Amino acid sequence: MKILVAVKRVVDYAVKVRVKPDRTGVETANVKMSMNPFCEIAVEEALRLREAGAAAEVVAATIGPAQSADTLRTALAMGADRAVHVLHDPDPARPLLPLAVAKILRAVALQEKPGLVILGKQAIDDDCNQTGQMLAGLLQWPQGTFASKVLLDKEKQKATVEREVDGGIETICLKLPAVITTDLRLNQPRYATLPNIMKAKSKVIKKVTPEDLNVDIRSDMEVIEVTEPPKRKAGVILSSVDELLDKLKNEARVL
Amino acid sequence: MPHTQHEFANRTVNSCRGFHWIPSLQHSPCGPRTNVETHEGKYSANKASEVQKRSFGSAATQIQRNPAYSELTSDDVSYFKSILGDNGVVQDEDRIAVANVDWMGKYRGASQLLLLPKSTVEVSKILSYCNTRRLAVVPQGGNTGLVGGSVPVYDEVIVSLAGMDKIISFDNINGILTCEAGCVLENLSTFVENEGFIMPLDLGAKGSCHIGGNISTNAGGLRFIRYGSLHGNVLGLEAVLADGTILDMLTTLRKDNTGYDLKHLFIGSEGSLGVVTKIAVLTPAKLPSTNVAFLSCNDYTSCQKLLLAARRNLGEILSAFEFMDNHCIDLAMRHLEGVQNPLPASQTKFYILIETTGSDESYDKTKLEGFLLRSMEDGLVADGVIAQDISQASNFWRIREGISEASVKVGAVYKYDLSIPVEKLYDIVEEMRCRLGDNAEVLGYGHLGDGNLHLNILSSKYDDNRLAQIEPFVYEWTSAQRGSISAEHGLGLMKAEKIHYSKSPEAVQLMASIKKLLDPNSILNPYKVLPQSVL
Repeated sequence: MKILVAVKRVVDYAVKVRVKPDRTGVETANVKMSMNPFCEIAVEEALRLREAGAAAEVVAATIGPAQSADTLRTALAMGADRAVHVLHDPDPARPLLPLAVAKILRAVALQEKPGLVILGKQAIDDDCNQTGQMLAGLLQWPQGTFASKVLLDKEKQKATVEREVDGGIETICLKLPAVITTDLRLNQPRYATLPNIMKAKSKVIKKVTPEDLNVDIRSDMEVIEVTEPPKRKAGVILSSVDELLDKLKNEARVL
Repeated sequence: MPHTQHEFANRTVNSCRGFHWIPSLQHSPCGPRTNVETHEGKYSANKASEVQKRSFGSAATQIQRNPAYSELTSDDVSYFKSILGDNGVVQDEDRIAVANVDWMGKYRGASQLLLLPKSTVEVSKILSYCNTRRLAVVPQGGNTGLVGGSVPVYDEVIVSLAGMDKIISFDNINGILTCEAGCVLENLSTFVENEGFIMPLDLGAKGSCHIGGNISTNAGGLRFIRYGSLHGNVLGLEAVLADGTILDMLTTLRKDNTGYDLKHLFIGSEGSLGVVTKIAVLTPAKLPSTNVAFLSCNDYTSCQKLLLAARRNLGEILSAFEFMDNHCIDLAMRHLEGVQNPLPASQTKFYILIETTGSDESYDKTKLEGFLLRSMEDGLVADGVIAQDISQASNFWRIREGISEASVKVGAVYKYDLSIPVEKLYDIVEEMRCRLGDNAEVLGYGHLGDGNLHLNILSSKYDDNRLAQIEPFVYEWTSAQRGSISAEHGLGLMKAEKIHYSKSPEAVQLMASIKKLLDPNSILNPYKVLPQSVL
């Protein structure tokens, strides 16, 4: 069985994000970019399933400009077998939204025919949390989102997924092929070791375009402006209860 | 080198450092501690000259309280209140108790008074008064020093610079920062990073240490290999002398060859020649691309060859080259929270952390990967990982920076900071392991790129027998290699009588002359840095 893992190149989680002065988007030039943390967890889970014998091959896929190949190389250095790079140059006014991403991944999945597609639950740049769900809908496959545990039964072609939901943990059983999205507690991703980095150099990255896949990614949404949220006013330290009462009465007018 | 240390042993053996072993430490490495337990009772000003029961100390810490120093009176306190205001004078027992103990819990003083000046003029008035009254003074910054230099020995008045924490100005074309001495290093780093620059030094204690203290101890740290010493990066400073004279040398010029460059006297003299109040420091440009790799090596020779190869092949982008042995990794995994072992399957004895900093991400990464893969093929590196994002890089650094913190959690730490020729650097670690056997855990780690070993010997408690097995052997060994017995930590109280291991008698005599010239009443940080016999 093959596992397809979708990964995204985003601004590094530890970087302090700034809005560009022209307010067209967020500053990404000269800023450290890395693989989305949830996508790292997805790659790790796929690798563990392969190591447990439940899958034979792990294929990493990404959609983005030439630099996104770095993210695929990270996935390959972690241990993925091959990669697919769907080339797409981003337009800040019309960014690639989850529906378009899901359509592209559907096309890739129909070509690769995996038994399982694993994605991160959301990307840390847009926080959409939609791609996995939309992909499952487009493919008409079952979905196990916010996975905190995945157990694969190869013979029965079923996946048991524990999901982190508001009320606690929900356990569901999915018939393969299926879509799983990863949550934080699913696993601790491995480091890219030097031997694996060396092996990754000879692994294949197939390059395609959305046109090759016959996917129309025209977006109906246009980004008009990106601004920072208004600055929070500093808190005031009061020196007595009388002062507090006065402020509550006369400034906040809640008394 | 003559072993004059034994001459000191012939003096009256009485006083000693009161020592207190803290059973279980739950504090972060950079915060004040509460609930310090004591074996002895508390000391009052009247008892300051009493002999203290000896519970810990090296053979040479037999220093009596110098009776030439006056004792604090209520008139003194009133005077200080008149110049500093009530908030600037602290007599509260809990706050003073914290300021009386060093970060390692190894040295405890008996000061009754903590002063918090808010300006250079206030510092000047304090020192001028103390000089006239002959009150001994300890300048204190973040109190993270590792040789007992930042806490009182007896009842010296603590002058804390914590109230002088303003950033005065920043030249963002040239990258020159001017600030007060009480600024915390991490805060300065955050500030200059926002402007596109970085501080030229970085160390594990950054969350608590003050830049004034860093300069007074000529701190080295993790970026030394790339940016060099504070002697090179400090452009100017303002200091207050023992008699209250304000010495304004706060220039922001890169080049100024007019006369003797006095600021160098204050850099590294550990508060014994003057109190640093303001500094101007050069900050290098912040480069966007950082890569960190964590490697394992089979033997120490490979580590050395790797250093040579790194200098040659990584050259201008190399920004850190740290080493640690497997005992350090084990300790870090046992005692630090939230760290992951980057090379869990590794059985090797040596680990290297390499960091590169440059202006082009893909170029640097290619260069580093190429270098490491070649090193692996050449057998210099057994295995390794490269951080793929900032979190992974932080994890690697956390292990290296957390060794000190983890050591303190075991109980007693005997810490030695030695400069040794690189080829012999690890030999002392193996020798100490032989000497101590199962009685103690010996860790070796440090700035291999600078030839600086941190030797930590861990034991469940401090005990004189253990100490006798370690000292003076470590110092003699280092001296025989013509190394330094204190690469970056300074002499403080711990090594105040040990300078002869690394400096000639003539040099020490000249240092004493300078001390007597600048501080004739010897009120600044007494009992430390230089041996009592030359003062």
